[in-house]
Amino acid sequence: MQWDWSAVADFMPRFWDGVLVTLQALVLGSLIAFALGLVWAIAQRSALKAVRWPVTVITEFVRNTPLLVQLFFLYFVLPEWNITFSALTTGIIGLGLHYSTYTAEVYRAGIDGVPVGQWEACTALNMPRGRTWTAVVLPQAIRRVVPALGNYVIAMLKDSPMIATIGALELLGQARQFSAVTFQPTEPITVVGIAFILIAYPASLLMRALERRLVR
Amino acid sequence: MSAENTTPNDHANPAVDGSELIRFDKVTKRFGDNVVLDNLCFDVASGKHVTLIGPSGSGKTTILRLLMTLVKPDEGTIKVAGDYLTHEEKGGRLVPAGERHVREVRKSIGMVFQQFNLFPNMKVLRNITEAPVHVLGMGKDEAEERARELLELVGLTDQMDKHLSQLSGGQQQRVAIARALAMRPQVLLLDEVTSALDPELVAGVLDVLRDIAHTTDITMLCVTHEMGFARDISDDVLMFDEGRVIESGAPEKIFSEPEHDRTREFLSAVL
Amino acid sequence: MTDLTTGLWGLLFQGVWVTIQLTVLGAALGAFVAFVVGVARTNRLWIVRFLSGLYMEIFRGTSALVLMFWVFFVLPVAFGWQLVPMWAAVLSLGLTYGAYGSEIVRGALASVPPAQREAGIALNFTPWQRLRKIVLPQAWPGMIPPANNLLIELLKGTALVSVLGVGDIAFGASLVRNALGDSAPVYTIILVMYFVIAFVLTRGMRALERQAKANLGQAPERSRLFGKGRPAAATSTGGK
Repeated sequence: MQWDWSAVADFMPRFWDGVLVTLQALVLGSLIAFALGLVWAIAQRSALKAVRWPVTVITEFVRNTPLLVQLFFLYFVLPEWNITFSALTTGIIGLGLHYSTYTAEVYRAGIDGVPVGQWEACTALNMPRGRTWTAVVLPQAIRRVVPALGNYVIAMLKDSPMIATIGALELLGQARQFSAVTFQPTEPITVVGIAFILIAYPASLLMRALERRLVR
Repeated sequence: MSAENTTPNDHANPAVDGSELIRFDKVTKRFGDNVVLDNLCFDVASGKHVTLIGPSGSGKTTILRLLMTLVKPDEGTIKVAGDYLTHEEKGGRLVPAGERHVREVRKSIGMVFQQFNLFPNMKVLRNITEAPVHVLGMGKDEAEERARELLELVGLTDQMDKHLSQLSGGQQQRVAIARALAMRPQVLLLDEVTSALDPELVAGVLDVLRDIAHTTDITMLCVTHEMGFARDISDDVLMFDEGRVIESGAPEKIFSEPEHDRTREFLSAVL
Repeated sequence: MTDLTTGLWGLLFQGVWVTIQLTVLGAALGAFVAFVVGVARTNRLWIVRFLSGLYMEIFRGTSALVLMFWVFFVLPVAFGWQLVPMWAAVLSLGLTYGAYGSEIVRGALASVPPAQREAGIALNFTPWQRLRKIVLPQAWPGMIPPANNLLIELLKGTALVSVLGVGDIAFGASLVRNALGDSAPVYTIILVMYFVIAFVLTRGMRALERQAKANLGQAPERSRLFGKGRPAAATSTGGK
């Protein structure tokens, strides 16, 4: 095995550029996933079948099909409908949409975990439905779901290299471009792989600690 | 070591002439700072039925768990039929026993647990035949034949092909007794076997055990709160308190004229 | 959609076959890795526990796509190991998802009450017999729902190989897209294809779970539209 430290040094400026793009995708993708997931979760508890049913179908469909193909769909099909985004924006939307179907399940479990008595008390106090959600149910549910949401952020981090396939220059994209120029794939790809472990492992330890503290 | 702790040899076990099947020698067991057994010595002669009584937390169950090698002693040695249980002799020194040695000595011991601990992934019959076939190497037909006899003994012949979830607690415990006997143990350890049962199911289980006690020569070590049962089957009763044997003797003596205050207090609380 | 000729449909169905092969082989390797690593993590020797834990953290820590790039581009250059693309893909998928699976196996083994192990000792079973005859059969039904989630993740993960030139569904789709010059129909079709495969897999796993529970004498639970045991709340020990 040959290892060329000078190739690592040459790669580092691009590496940091890639880190920035990866983090950008992760933060914005997470925000979309958190918000949209909550919409799905509340819609699935709607009294109207016409709301519940389509939402269930959409979320099951998105969750059970590959993110990669969804990214291609967004990247190639949207322009045909005259909607054009940059590769990175498309990637962020794809990540956020895909993971919103996971966070929806997390919220659902959190909401189910709020005792029925809480809902009944709100009815007894004649609280409006919106107030019931924002003042009683969600505050109790959110606390329990924080670690699970965190775990999906970590999972999203590990799926984020997929947006390189539509041309976003995050970590893997930078590594590919670098090796295409220098014909040295070993160093950049290895460095990127290790970088993911170095970010994901402490993050998952943090989530396990949070889980112990917040859940139960 | 207290004087009381050595006395059991004198009267609890008349047979100190070398026919003892189980010998605890200065056994100490701690869980953290809590000394559960304190320098304990006692013997059980072959064929005897010994009942351990005493307040909870006094170390009775730990004795059974030590014998079954579910926990290891911190100090001291245990011998079963003349062999060290958790140690073996190598080059004249005692070293912690390997798995092979432990399994060889453990062969002669069977145990019935408070919570039955039957295997839910097997039906009734297979719970009983599994170990004879795969541990003793018995033929499948022979093991099933024997299992049927044992199920008859415990009165469950018609439950043979059922799942455990279809059985009552009392029935499950009787299956567990049959399972232990199927291994033809020399020693049977009974760990509060009726404590997890509904009151109306207790008698059926105790009847089976009485039957076994009176018709076989299996040595029994029994931890129980059923004093009537203890009186019926025991040759000796050992009273435990704070990790020590404070009194021992024939059941008639212990139950009618205990010498020790703690024994008297304990008995008046449970009888 | 009428523009799709028989030949183009053929490309897609060839892709379906490759995707199924990748899923089955990847799952087989993944299950093997999951059991070996999961059992090793309960070993009484600390070094065995440490090494199996290290394996899990490394392969769960890195990105599946980055690992795949590494196997495809770095292994041949750095070590001179040139694998057939199909096998390189199966290897990357199996090693990655096996690492996630090992956590399912370990968790399920740990959920079997210690009293069962004690009963096994009391009947003088060997440690291996205790694992095989007592602990594993009881742990097995609990493994199936999270394993199903992981299997769906694996199925979705197989799409990654298209980036590396293995002819799966997603790869077939890119060929068809080039031929048609129109993206919407073909990507809609293959998303539905993936969904159908996922649905069939989930139904199969549900049947397996019912059977496993029946063997323990437990009643099966009623399922929702798309199979119940979804990752209701993913924990750090769950899949994904």
